[in-house]
Amino acid sequence: MATQHSRSAARLMMAPAVFLLLVWMLVPLSMTLWFSFRKYLPLRGGDLGWAGFDNYVRFVTSSAFWPSVMTTLIIVGGVLIITVVFGVLLAMLLDQPMWGQGVVRILVIAPFFVMPTVSALVWKNMFMDPTNGLFAHLWKFFGAEPVSWLSQASLESIIMIVSWQWLPFATLILLTAIQSLDSSQLEAAEIDGAKPVSRFYHIILPHLGRAITIVVLIQTIFLLSIFAEIFVTTGGAFGTKTLTYLIFQRVLESQNIGLGSAGGVYAIILANIVALFLMRIVGKNLDT
Amino acid sequence: MGRIQLKQVKKSFGDVTVIPPLDLEINDGEFVVFVGPSGCGKSTLLRLIAGLEDMTDGKIEIDGQDATSLPPAKRKLAMVFQSYALYPHMTVRKNIAFPMRMAGMDQAEQDKRIASAAKALNLTDYLDRRPGQLSGGQRQRVAIGRAIVREPEAFLFDEPLSNLDAALRVGMRMEISELHKKLATTMVYVTHDQVEAMTMADKIVVLQAGVIEQVGSPLELYRAPRNKFVAGFIGSPKMNLIEGAEATKHNAQTIGIRPEHVEVSTTDGLWQGTVGVAEHLGSDTFIHVHGVPGCDPMTVRVGGEIPVTHGDTVFLTPNLQHLHRFDAEGLRLA
Amino acid sequence: MARAVTTQRKAINTAFAWGVGLLIFFPILWTILTSFKTEAQAISDPPVFLFFDWTLENYAVVQERSDYMRFLWNSIIIAGGSTILGVIIAVPAAWSMAFVPSPRTKDILLWMLSTKMLPAVGVLYPIYLLFIKLGWLDTQIGLVIVLMLINLPIIVWMLYTYFKEIPGEILEAARMDGATLKSEILYVLTPMAVPGIASTLLLNVILAWNEAFWTLNLTAAKAAPLTAFIASYSSPEGLFYAKLSAASVMAIAPILIMGWFSQKQLVRGLTFGAVK
Repeated sequence: MATQHSRSAARLMMAPAVFLLLVWMLVPLSMTLWFSFRKYLPLRGGDLGWAGFDNYVRFVTSSAFWPSVMTTLIIVGGVLIITVVFGVLLAMLLDQPMWGQGVVRILVIAPFFVMPTVSALVWKNMFMDPTNGLFAHLWKFFGAEPVSWLSQASLESIIMIVSWQWLPFATLILLTAIQSLDSSQLEAAEIDGAKPVSRFYHIILPHLGRAITIVVLIQTIFLLSIFAEIFVTTGGAFGTKTLTYLIFQRVLESQNIGLGSAGGVYAIILANIVALFLMRIVGKNLDT
Repeated sequence: MGRIQLKQVKKSFGDVTVIPPLDLEINDGEFVVFVGPSGCGKSTLLRLIAGLEDMTDGKIEIDGQDATSLPPAKRKLAMVFQSYALYPHMTVRKNIAFPMRMAGMDQAEQDKRIASAAKALNLTDYLDRRPGQLSGGQRQRVAIGRAIVREPEAFLFDEPLSNLDAALRVGMRMEISELHKKLATTMVYVTHDQVEAMTMADKIVVLQAGVIEQVGSPLELYRAPRNKFVAGFIGSPKMNLIEGAEATKHNAQTIGIRPEHVEVSTTDGLWQGTVGVAEHLGSDTFIHVHGVPGCDPMTVRVGGEIPVTHGDTVFLTPNLQHLHRFDAEGLRLA
Repeated sequence: MARAVTTQRKAINTAFAWGVGLLIFFPILWTILTSFKTEAQAISDPPVFLFFDWTLENYAVVQERSDYMRFLWNSIIIAGGSTILGVIIAVPAAWSMAFVPSPRTKDILLWMLSTKMLPAVGVLYPIYLLFIKLGWLDTQIGLVIVLMLINLPIIVWMLYTYFKEIPGEILEAARMDGATLKSEILYVLTPMAVPGIASTLLLNVILAWNEAFWTLNLTAAKAAPLTAFIASYSSPEGLFYAKLSAASVMAIAPILIMGWFSQKQLVRGLTFGAVK
């Protein structure tokens, strides 16, 4: 499709981006890998030599590990279920004919643009605060005892905050997918006598399958590394320590670099498993 | 002037050879049409001449000068693309001016050439519109205008009419032919449509799988196709090819007879068959006849109207003067 | 699509959708309202919704007290700088991949995407260490470079999908018309790609503006952007609802507006062209 001249120009023009990303990937990654095999405590003597797989073993056998994995899974799973289910419903609602569709769309999409620290802080103080939060007022209004959300129902609260941030993303993508559905398919099904419920299960849902998969994979990658929401609200207390947060604490708070790096390698492997599935879908799409 | 010579030109993509070494001479002022089925390498050949693709091997000379390693811009060729390839963000005027602007031509000369091209192509009223506001035929004219103003050594056309509807195509075909007569500049034209080739070309180059099957004037190709492929490709409806006993009678592996060279009778003739479909066009009647040995169905063209319909029995007699004979390799026998 | 819908049905849809939309938007609305209250009204029991004494005082106080302008400036430099730098590096790369594809183009694109999926926490310490060595800790330049690198794959991808929609024949026509590579990119490609480049810029400013891992971990005071400014309010002494709201509104308003403009392109950018 091109001449020798343009091919060499192309290689030259691609070089900066490829080089930068290569450095960005390889240098820190190999450092993490290196540290993960060292006993490395900057505040207590620095690099204390080869550690073999000690860090890897200690990271998994520490009492904080399994709870952090569970926490991570509960948060990721909870947010995924909420955003996908409500995302499908919302997308279908927004696809209906109505007045002021554009404005509603804007209202729904807005939370996605709120920076994570802001949304965490607003939810924490103005809604979930047990004395002055709006929820407390609401509970009192109905005669119930206000809940101390972030300590008594910490995981649920965080799932709620994060879901609020990601619901717009899911909705927007699913809405785009619904709008690409050929309406004659639905009309044909209607003529064939399919009821609304079976139209949803047999036509809309299969059509959304790919979009849902993409939403799940992309969100998983971002959700595995949520940080600010926990940093601002609970600081990892009350059972909200995710794998990401645990590694963060090992590295920056207790300055155990070897241990933290081993944890980092686990996190990278975990993310790569998810990424592999995502890349296969994206890659398939490239061919068409 | 615009004389183009290809010497042992070869093109491969990786291990796949698209065009095996090929020689071709295009004379100054000639209208040459590359024709062949899709994927035969005709567009690739044109792009090699344009310089949009590298040759794997061989040499291209334009005006006796080696152009093999010249970039497209330096070859003094203009090209009209299948999709017209107009710049959507520029007005018609700016589109036409673009090559002159790139060449750094002075404004007065640019304006003069734009005006004359617009007049010749009936675009004067549309100069300030964007391509998006034009019809397909008008866009095609803008693309031609953009090519004309450069006063190139030769024009290259890559299936320029395939995006137009049938009626427009006939009109544009004549406009391009007339333009060629007027400018007398070399034109190289790629198409898969043999009608375009027959009506426009001084010289037709029939390609298949990157190989030149035959080069010649339209009538040469019609009268004496060098092989079975050319015989089947040139002419509409297609030539009937007959194998088996009938061919052996004429000392050939295959014999060919064009639909217009078969006589039809309802009473007697050489071959007997049954009418499958009869297409009555008024000016002509095309009859598809089943049951002729070695050729099913055989297509026959009769001038004017003949009252036959599906299921009728007809008798066919070929005009032996126009019989084509081919050997086992498919090559023409003298 | 062109089906007649009864007015009644449409009214029900409208009411329902607006209800849901307002519910989702409510936290933002509530923050905006609170930012105009006095501190006393902000925590009054029962809460006041609209009927309070509107005041702009909180905005004035936040600006005076916390050097808001410096954080804002840092955010602008970091988000804007990383995006512009990223686009400058990505345009030639995306041009190459879209118009001179080689058998390896697809692999390179996917590999670029895979760097985006590297969990930040996995390389936190190495980056921290490198930043100390390079003297980049708590500097604008350091964050500009890191955010440029984490968003570069998205920028390349978005530009690639936009460029891909420009027919290659138009660029070839320019080449035939005597344009050099420079004039081809300058006069033909760029003007045609302006909408795509604009939405790429917009989306990436948003992503960089809201990035809250590296900006929190690699800054202290000097180069801290708005994400860190807001995070500082989580400490108990900063707990003034009205002022917190005012600060929040100031931090999110510019991006909210940009986001509304870019919502159509958002899908393509965030799904790497897999959903359009």
